[in-house]
Amino acid sequence: MAEAKVAPRPLSPHLQIYRWSWTMAMSIFHRATGSALYIGIALFAVWLVALASGPATFDAVQGFFGSPLGYLILFGYTWILMHHMLGGVRHLVWDFGYGMEAVQRINMARFTLIGSIALTVAIWAIAFLLF
Amino acid sequence: MAQFTLPKNSKYTEGKTWPKPAGASNVQEFRIYRWNPDDGANPRIDTYYIDRDDCGPMVLDALLWIKNNVDSTLTFRRSCREGICGSCAMNIMGGNTLACTLGIDDCGSDSIKIYPLPHMPVLKDLVPDLTSFFAQHASIQPWLQTETAEPETEWRQTPEERSKLDGLYECILCACCTTSCPSYWWNGDRFLGPAALLQAYRWLIDSRDEATGERLDNLHDPFRLYRCHTIMNCANTCPKGLNPAKAIAEVKKMMVARAV
Repeated sequence: MAEAKVAPRPLSPHLQIYRWSWTMAMSIFHRATGSALYIGIALFAVWLVALASGPATFDAVQGFFGSPLGYLILFGYTWILMHHMLGGVRHLVWDFGYGMEAVQRINMARFTLIGSIALTVAIWAIAFLLF
Repeated sequence: MAQFTLPKNSKYTEGKTWPKPAGASNVQEFRIYRWNPDDGANPRIDTYYIDRDDCGPMVLDALLWIKNNVDSTLTFRRSCREGICGSCAMNIMGGNTLACTLGIDDCGSDSIKIYPLPHMPVLKDLVPDLTSFFAQHASIQPWLQTETAEPETEWRQTPEERSKLDGLYECILCACCTTSCPSYWWNGDRFLGPAALLQAYRWLIDSRDEATGERLDNLHDPFRLYRCHTIMNCANTCPKGLNPAKAIAEVKKMMVARAV
């Protein structure tokens, strides 16, 4: 008997069509910031190595971090760190089973973004005022 | 590693635009995913127009109107038309829900887009293959398990014990939550997904059930339970207003509680 010919089944669209929500966006952003922190901590390691390598090397590295581009990188790193920290706190609260109701979970996801920006600006404002 | 793009045979193209209903003054556009296993072609998006003055208020009414008046080959599952069978679950305007309980007006769009439930093998048009979904449900053994001798009458429960099942027993297994979950998209072969895990919790928290330890053992796995990263798409999308993410969090808490 001849076998019926059936085309291989396609996979239905997913990321391409799914509507973004705050919780979904902040979840993927938490992972992205987590990965970015690896690079951020490498920058800190570079600074420490320069510190141990003598005045000439340290001046060069310190000069870079003190340049407008260096400030921009450090400002971005601060934001990523704050965002990942607040994201971690959010997930910790959720792991205790709190804040998971409809309005709460969206507000907590929003707060991660708003809070991280506010903290970053506050840290840099204090740094500029004090130093 | 997760594949974020669609495989070659799954990429969809622009399809056919079907004629507008003659003499209709109140027309609504629909863009609907089509795939026919018999022609071997890639999926396509067809454009349909319905006459709102001749059609019921729900998205399912519109699909039936199209099937009756425009294109009888349009294929989708439906049965109860009142949100209790879970058959007409599909992705409408980017979110998973039941076509029968979503009003056309509530879509708030000039062009309503409808796809099958996301990241599933497609059998035809809006009909996904749910074999694996139901096998995962079966794997959590969704029935009462006891060791003590059966009582003369029914297994008794206090009202307080019974109330713990509220928000769990209402699940109709429509698969909206499970197919909304990115973790399930990338690891659906090993992660049980929100629907099966909510059902698992429904039996874990049942005061009459005596297999709690075995049930937790079965879930104690880096993938089956712990691929849940509280993305919350499940809770955001459930057409019955349930909260699978919270149920999963409670299962994780039970795991911790018995370990310490």
